[in-house]
Formats: sequence, structure tokens, C-alpha cells
Amino acid sequence: MSDVTAPVGEPMGRSVSAALTSRVGKWMVYLLVILWTIPTFGTLISSFRPEIDVKTTGWWTFFKDPNFTLNNYQRVLSSSPGEDNMGHFFLNSVRITVPATILSVGIALFAAYAFSWMKFKGRDWLFVAVISLLMVPLQMALVPLLRLFTGGAHIGSVTIFPDLGLANTIPAVWIAHICFGLPFCIFILYNFVSRLPSEIIEAARVDGAGHLTVFIKLIVPLSVPAIASLCIFQFMYIWNDYLVGKVFGGAGENVPVVAKLAEVSGTRGQSYHLLTASGMIAMIVPICVFFALQRYFVRGLLAGAVKG
Amino acid sequence: MGDLLTTVVVVVLGVGGLLAVLGGLYWLTKLLPGRWTERGRVFVFLFPALFLMIIGLVVPALRTIYTSFLDNNGKKFIGFDNYTEIFNTPNTRLTVINSLTWVLLGTVITVVVGLTIARFADGMRGEKTAKSLIFIPGAISLVGAGIIWRFVYAGPPVKVGLLNAITNAIPGLPVSMGGDGQRNWLIERGFGPLNPPESAPGFNSFLLIVIFIWASTGFATVVFSAAMKGVPDSLVEAARVDGATRRQAFYKVTLPYIRATIVTVATTTTIAGLKAFDIVAATTGGNFGTSTIANEFYRVYFVQSRSGFGSALAVLIFILVVPVVVINRRAQARAEEMMGA
Repeated sequence: MSDVTAPVGEPMGRSVSAALTSRVGKWMVYLLVILWTIPTFGTLISSFRPEIDVKTTGWWTFFKDPNFTLNNYQRVLSSSPGEDNMGHFFLNSVRITVPATILSVGIALFAAYAFSWMKFKGRDWLFVAVISLLMVPLQMALVPLLRLFTGGAHIGSVTIFPDLGLANTIPAVWIAHICFGLPFCIFILYNFVSRLPSEIIEAARVDGAGHLTVFIKLIVPLSVPAIASLCIFQFMYIWNDYLVGKVFGGAGENVPVVAKLAEVSGTRGQSYHLLTASGMIAMIVPICVFFALQRYFVRGLLAGAVKG
Repeated sequence: MGDLLTTVVVVVLGVGGLLAVLGGLYWLTKLLPGRWTERGRVFVFLFPALFLMIIGLVVPALRTIYTSFLDNNGKKFIGFDNYTEIFNTPNTRLTVINSLTWVLLGTVITVVVGLTIARFADGMRGEKTAKSLIFIPGAISLVGAGIIWRFVYAGPPVKVGLLNAITNAIPGLPVSMGGDGQRNWLIERGFGPLNPPESAPGFNSFLLIVIFIWASTGFATVVFSAAMKGVPDSLVEAARVDGATRRQAFYKVTLPYIRATIVTVATTTTIAGLKAFDIVAATTGGNFGTSTIANEFYRVYFVQSRSGFGSALAVLIFILVVPVVVINRRAQARAEEMMGA
């Protein structure tokens, strides 16, 4: 616990934060990091071990007796009958996640602009209403929305919403994700868009630019940082979702990889070797996205959690 | 890959079509008389979002509240019977208790561990790597987390569980605590001297909460860490000059300064805990007394097709979320006042 004195020329801030780091604390962090990493690491190792090894010995024996194979991956990615082809469900996830992310962020950006820079009666209470929807848990909206997709909506014999035959299709999953994600997206984008300097936007308006021009020429380019981090956040959220994909994708071919993984975990609970490889296939994208775009992702998290 | 291409085409056409319709409508607003032009434009900007939120959230939520007062065929009005049933059925009552345990333990431990890592990792060598490694579980789906932890908790007949290997290696550990390395961690509810009755959360529920903590800590750490770096150095230094130890400076200056952030993280974790479904579904499936409200909701609604009772469980989640958010807003407002912001 010795005091660290700042070398000449170093900013004072460094010395304070360096001084705050005590040795015990540092070792505690190292220990926690190891504890946090071991489970994932073990699964990764297991996914490369032969079936017989995975089922009879713990993954740590790999270091004494290394047997490496890609068989598990081959099996879960093969499309032979009787096998679950995780590759197909992986592509489902891509097809679900990319459009749902783009659409929810895009639609929310329009709304965020309207709430920030358009003047209309009832704007404030409408915005409060949208934000209070953040409290509505997914579970409350799930089944009625599913009903709407399977049978439309009717009052007596009058159809007020047609049966679009969307049940168990990928567009159903998109729409559900967009509906459920909009309050959050609007909230995050509003926080950013409403704080853009009003001089720029008002100057453009005075010069005769319409809302659409301001939106396309000013709002979109200026909001790129917020849009990027929200996109990454939505992407990871939708990719990792289980409930919506399972309920709206149905039990068949249209569920995302995470929902399929949960299903495989139930039906083939003892096929540990296949579970690990399937799990890794489902995890690889969010982990890569996280590492590649960490900075933006973290910024997105902070936009949601820290006011400022 | 063929159908992926189809999807791309559909999406491009869909998004393009949507934009074309909105652009067309926007252009048409020019033809409206006077003030209606502006109103028409507001409508074009807001309509897609409002429409989707009304059909996807507002109407469904109201419908669920309505259904929660009907019987399981959705025919007869039965008042609050579904709600009283939640608390009168021992199994369902346990799911509520389990959920509250998730929220309490999960949130408190996540916040404490997150603060600890953020505090001590600050400025240490390998800070970035450490924080990234802590964060990885948060980037993985909760279903994936469940699968990963099955390898930790696995018990007989398979011999691959890490936890069993560890307890087996501890000399003198009683069998009731896994001393023989033969314990089914996710099934057995007791642990050593701990022997919870049927009506209380078992030790296996705590093991599931560990997965939840493991998955949520990364988020908490990253957010706390950023908040701590926002604490002005001058404040901490002033406290140090006044003779405060580093420890005191942390508790008296840093923690109060980031109070609003702590409240926010606690709120987010609490809400995630109330909605805990994925972890339970991917590990025990809610068996062995480990079910939570969200998991029970799924089972009752989708497996047993009991719409009234299922709706009541969904509304219960909502009822539990609302006060958490209200408390959060209050605490935020108070913190902002204190900061003079």
C-alpha cells in the first residue's frame, strides 16, 4: 500500500487513479477475471474434443491428454437427415437480426426527430406515454400480438386488422422485435437528437429547409455516433433473444439459432459434445461484434445507463 | 444461400417501399391547406413508430390485463381469482419467491462485484483486457450462458462437471456438499446443513442466480467504470489533502458522486431478474423448484394453454416492474438535484 508519487510532467489525474489501485484489490480483480472466464473457456475447449472424451472426462483433462477434433462442428453443421443443421438456424438469426435492427433504429430516428424538433400539440405528454411503455414487460404483449398475426383483429364481424398469415414466419419475428424495441430506441435517440445544437437546426429551418431536408442533411449525419452504438446494441439484443424468436418463429424452420440451441439443449441434453459446438456457433457472432466494435457498444450502453 | 438472397431482396424492397410511401406522403402534405401541412408532416414522421407501438404494445398490454380477469377459456369474468390463485398455489407462490430472490441477491451481488472490479481495475495494468473478459458473458445469450454453466454444474451419470471435480478435491467435505463429486447440483435443493422446505428457494436456485450474476456483471462493471472516470480528480484530491484515506475517499466521494449510475444499473438488473426466463429454460426448465415468474408464465400460457392464469402472471411482472422504475426516477431526480444539474 505504498503511495505512488506522480512523475514530473504526468497529469495529476493519473497519479490519483494509480494511487487508488491497491495491491489486494488488484489481485481480487485478477481472481474475478479468471473465475468469469473459466466457464466459457471450458466450453470452448470441450467443443473441440471427441465425443467420447467430452462425455467421460472433464474438459481440463484436455491439457494432459489433448485430442483435437472438428467432428462436433461438422455434425452440427451438416444437413443430413436426423441432424439439426445449426448453419440453417444461424442464417435465420442473420435474417432476423439485420432487418429488425435497421428498421427499429430507422423508425425510432424519425420519431426522435419529431419529438425533438417538430412543434405540435400534446408533444410532451405523447413522449411521456412512449417512455412509460419502457415499463411494459414483453410477456404482457406477447400473446395478443401473436393472436393478431394468426387471426387478425375483429370487433363482432367487422375486421379491423386483417389476418396477414404471418404466424411462424420471419417477418413476424421482425415486427415483434421492432414493436417491443421502439420505446427504448426512441428514448436513446431522443436523448442524443434533442441535444444537438439548436442554432444549426433553426438556422437551416430559417433558410427555408423543410423537415425532411433537415432530417436527411443534418440529423442523420450528426447522429451517426448514437445510431451506430444503438445499432450494435439492438443487434446483440435481438441476436441473443430467445423468447420472441421462439414464440413468433414457431417450432419449425424459422426460429433463430438461440431458440434452436435452447431446444437442442432440452431434447439432446446429454449430447454434450454437440451442445458445445452448437453453443459456440450461436455465440461467435455477438462475441466478435463485441470485440470488433467494443468502443461503440460500450458508448451505447453508457448512453442508456448514464445520464449526461 | 439462395433464400438468404431472397431475404435481402425482400428487405431492400420492403425498406425502399416504406421510404417511398413515407416520402410520397410527406410530399403530399404540401398540398394540404395552411397549418395542416405541418400537422401532416408530424404525422408522417411519427406514424410508423406510433402505429407499431399501439398494435404491438399498448393494445396487447391492455388485452392481457383484461384476459387476466377471465377464466382460462377466456369466456367468463372471474374477478381477481387468477391473482389469488398465484398466491394460493404452493408451486406458483414459490416461483414468486424465487423471482424475488433472483432480484434481491442477483442485483446486490452484481452491483457489489461490478463496483469492486471497476474500483480496483481503474488504472491497473491490463485494465482493458480485464474489463473485456468480464464483459464477454454479457455479450453471450442467456441461453448460451445456461449451456456453458451446465458444464460447471453437470452431475451423474456424466462425469464432466467442474464443480463436482472441485468439491471432490476438497478433503473432508461432507457428501451433502458434494464431497464425493457425485452431486446433481441443479436437482438437489439442500446443501450441507441448509435444508430448505418445499416452499422456499433451494440451493439449486442460488446456482442459477450465479449464472445471472455472471452474465450481468460485465454491463455493471463497464458502466460503473465509465462513471468513476467521470468523477473530477480535484474532488478526490481535495478529500485526500484533507487527510482522507483512499478507502474513505472512495466511500465518501466517489460512491456518492456516481449514485445515480448505481441506481440505474440496479434498476436494469432488477428488471432483467424479474424477466429471468432464458437461464431457467436452458438449465432446469423450471423443474426441481427453480421456476421463476417469467418461466412459469411461459409454461402456463404456452404449454398448459391457461390464458387467464398466464395473463395474471404477466401482469404480475408488470406490477413488480413499475415501482422499481418509479423509485429509479425519484432517485435520479434527487441525485441530479444534489449535483446541481
